[in-house]
Amino acid sequence: MPGLGTTLGRGGATTFPQDLVNSDCILIMGSNMAEAHPVAFANVVKAKERGAKVIHIDPHFSRTSALANLYVPIRAGSDIVFLGAIIRYLLEQKAFFQEYVLHYTNIATLIREDFRDTEDLDGVFSGYDPETGTYDPTSWDYERDAAGRPLSDPTLEHPRCVYQIMRRHYARYTPELVEQVCGVPRALWQQVVDTLIANSGRERTSAICYAVGWTQQSKGVQIIRTAAMLQLLLGNIGRPGGGVMALRGHASIQGSTDVPTLYDLLSGYMPQPAALLAPGPGTRRPRAEEVQAPVAGEEMRPVGPSQQTLAEYIAAVGQKTGWWANLPAYIRSLLKAWYGSYADEEEGERSYRFLPKIIGDHSHLATSYEMLDGKVRGYFLFGQNPAAGSTNARMQRKALAQLDWLVVRDLYEVESAAFWYRGPEGEAVDPRQIKTEVFLLPAAASTEKEGSFTNTQRLLQWRDKAVDPPGDARSDLWFVYHLGKRLKALYADSPHERDLPIKALTWDYERETPEPGSRILDEPDALLVLKEINGYYARTPDGKEYSLREAPHVPDFTVLKADGSTACGSWIYSGVYPEPGRNRAASRDPSGYTFPNWGFAWPANRRILYNRASADPQGRPWSERKKYIWWDEERRQWTGYDVPDFPLRKPPDYTPPPGATGIDAHSGSDPFIMKPDGKGWLFAPSGLKDGPLPTHYEAAEAPITNPLYHRQSNPAARYYRDRPDNRLAAVGDERYPIVATTYRLTEHHLSGPMTRWLPWLNALQPALFVEISPELAAERQIRHGDQVIISTPRGEIQARALVTRRLRPLRLNGRIVHQIGLPFHWGFQGKATGSITNDLTHMVLEPNVSIEEAKAFLCDVRPARGRS
Amino acid sequence: MSSRKREEAEEATAALPLLVKTLQEVADEALEIGSKRQPFSAESRQKRPRIRDARVVHSVCPYCAVGCGLNVYVKDGQVLDIEGNPDSPINHGTLCPKGAATFQYTVNPSRLTRVLYRAPYSDHWEEKSLDWAMEQIALRVKQTRDATFVERLPDGREVNHTLAIASLGGATLDVEENYLMKKLFTGALGIVSIENQARI
Repeated sequence: MPGLGTTLGRGGATTFPQDLVNSDCILIMGSNMAEAHPVAFANVVKAKERGAKVIHIDPHFSRTSALANLYVPIRAGSDIVFLGAIIRYLLEQKAFFQEYVLHYTNIATLIREDFRDTEDLDGVFSGYDPETGTYDPTSWDYERDAAGRPLSDPTLEHPRCVYQIMRRHYARYTPELVEQVCGVPRALWQQVVDTLIANSGRERTSAICYAVGWTQQSKGVQIIRTAAMLQLLLGNIGRPGGGVMALRGHASIQGSTDVPTLYDLLSGYMPQPAALLAPGPGTRRPRAEEVQAPVAGEEMRPVGPSQQTLAEYIAAVGQKTGWWANLPAYIRSLLKAWYGSYADEEEGERSYRFLPKIIGDHSHLATSYEMLDGKVRGYFLFGQNPAAGSTNARMQRKALAQLDWLVVRDLYEVESAAFWYRGPEGEAVDPRQIKTEVFLLPAAASTEKEGSFTNTQRLLQWRDKAVDPPGDARSDLWFVYHLGKRLKALYADSPHERDLPIKALTWDYERETPEPGSRILDEPDALLVLKEINGYYARTPDGKEYSLREAPHVPDFTVLKADGSTACGSWIYSGVYPEPGRNRAASRDPSGYTFPNWGFAWPANRRILYNRASADPQGRPWSERKKYIWWDEERRQWTGYDVPDFPLRKPPDYTPPPGATGIDAHSGSDPFIMKPDGKGWLFAPSGLKDGPLPTHYEAAEAPITNPLYHRQSNPAARYYRDRPDNRLAAVGDERYPIVATTYRLTEHHLSGPMTRWLPWLNALQPALFVEISPELAAERQIRHGDQVIISTPRGEIQARALVTRRLRPLRLNGRIVHQIGLPFHWGFQGKATGSITNDLTHMVLEPNVSIEEAKAFLCDVRPARGRS
Repeated sequence: MSSRKREEAEEATAALPLLVKTLQEVADEALEIGSKRQPFSAESRQKRPRIRDARVVHSVCPYCAVGCGLNVYVKDGQVLDIEGNPDSPINHGTLCPKGAATFQYTVNPSRLTRVLYRAPYSDHWEEKSLDWAMEQIALRVKQTRDATFVERLPDGREVNHTLAIASLGGATLDVEENYLMKKLFTGALGIVSIENQARI
């Protein structure tokens, strides 16, 4: 979540859903919270009962809209215009929370002289290379003094301070533009602005909730960033009832990002070491009309600072000031946890070389293209179903057919396991043409193994095991552990240096005694894994060495060292298991406002992040009503209702001495401890691949031209226009005039692997449908209940028409634009089958996180005469 | 407090054990109301809640990321039912339709219980032993890794990786499982394309 990470410091929700009851206004956008996160939405309803205003902005009227005080229909893909216009209003009217913003954000900081805005360069920032479609962010940096400290102008008058740059950047984001681009009447937009302003400030706070309605866009990270910036300007971050509530969609999607199973990160948001390659100068990007893949042997050149050694890695990705100055301790502790005694050699350098270096984008979707080209030979799927669940699913199925071998671990025979003999209706599949060898292994359900999930509020909750999994079904922990043991045995006698990491890897999670009552005698010990994640003293000051099993636990991440004496699998989780017998993920005392003894929230069990900002610069609560964390002068420490997200004893009037490093370089009123300058970043001088300020671009497929710039869509996104499997509709293509958006239903989950085998849920939602406005239905002669065909340049699907006012045509610049809405839960396996909505969507990648754009694309709809 | 009141209070406390009845007794009494001629069969009177005497196992909903607490009722090694945990400050016992269907997700005749194998170009599944499958998968990993491992790029930089094996999934798995996946695949084998639903 770099949108939140870059702006505020950490890639996670800043608050917890149960705190929404303290909000005075809740803005829900990019989310149908009532249907996709219904139990969390109960808190919104409670807040409303207590007088809070609830606003829902969405292309699709849903139960969330029905329960809101104000519903605003909007064109899919126009979010940054709507929010950017609010930013403009706050800046122009000086309606932002001035004391908060001046002290806690970088609004006064000066930006380099050579920075150029999108307003200067017609839709791109300075540093853009049109040949490669990438940015060099050097010119976005702060103006600095000789010692490297950022310069600022607290009067906000300097033309290069962030305030003035933002004023110029958002000058054209007017209410008129909102009407023209979003299709929202200005009076309705103004109501949203007034409600937010009236419910923010010293006495009141507003929260913003979002989900993948924002994430799944070709500028998704920048939309989320706009929300975080808006919350900074309104003074709502770090305060009760405030914040940005990221509503995540899977039981442990936060956990799998934290630990993580992602290509570009090591645990706790340390970057995966890189030796990046980029197309060499003069390498031409194929034009849209060219359908051939780039020529093999294309010249590549090294880019980015060298990370060949641990010292270089720390220099390249670390920070001298702010909390990240501790990175050396965290990476050394990770190496120690993984490689044991090898991590002690050459001050960690030897084991650092074991870590593979990434050379480009190895994300799921980018890898799918490689797979299609036959470059990926083996594939593991752990409870994920790309054949129906990933964007451009038809291309995904083609890619699976290029593999040598595939391992699928799931509870049911999902589409990705069955792709070699079956496909959606109308798609012929001939097994004799498909070489892929498939191993389908039954997996254990969540009730059949113990372990923890990290939920949407960064909360680790431990599950106890209820029963054994059936037959040969096993936990994924069992699978990975035993695969590792077998591989260690296969490589045991290898003389090759490159096989050393396999031999060096610490890999002993055997149970001391078999689990009582279980017939599975070789299940690994999940608590021992949690202990490694939490961290332990590998060497005590008396020189005694310990293995994972016997070692004393570390109490939290503040004791981690860069000398190889501590081991820690994920520093942000440190403290979850601080001593034997005390697994805080399994703590189950629900008492208290923040219920601090129910589960364990990373980091350090903090429930609201950046909570230093809940007090004014002098350390006093902004108001009695919104009291949360404050400075206790008598005890000389921070105190309150949560774990302070600040050095406990650093007074509010602390001023850093010259040359201070680490967290000591921040003053007593810098609440954003992860940022090098301690400030919330309205302007992002680094960290993003598509610009320092959010800017409106149209979706990769859009019905109108971008009225702001000649640059139609995100210039840093990757379009893969040369791919015949990824054709895109051009602006104004009469074959595809309708905007489509996709969403979840309450009764199904994703592409259905966890729901379409359940008669209870299939009875509630048996089949795919498409929501169409009465106006569009009349235009296309579609009746309610008809079967219709939805088509895009990637493919066609069939669905039942649900003619409803929940979707409404929008008037843009005098022109009518229709929108349709599609759930995406069906496929050709399971007990309820239907077309795969993801066969319609394209595979254009957002530049920062390589996510597809499933929330705004173009299509057409026609009756399926004779096919009903 | 007057002495008389204190006595009364003590008396009430002493009488307390007599007042505490089992739910069944209360139910039995309720059936007696009105007449001694009961309209209920002996079978009805002997009915007991299924979850009586069941072990309650604390769990968490496997669907979305809200993290609702679940009570899993287990008797004789079988899951009898799954309900929302009323103690959880997240859901206070409530569940959405998916969470309420967790029982059927886990106890379901359509679940896979044996390893299925499909040979290249074959048109059918074959049932295989778990041990066989694990050994074959380990061999495939080794063979592919050994054939495709890159120690250095043409420009001389060390990368120690293979791009020919990828892994997808993790957001429905446990933290501990994700941790071991990254550790084994990236830390030992040099596989870099380790991904999950976070990007979906």
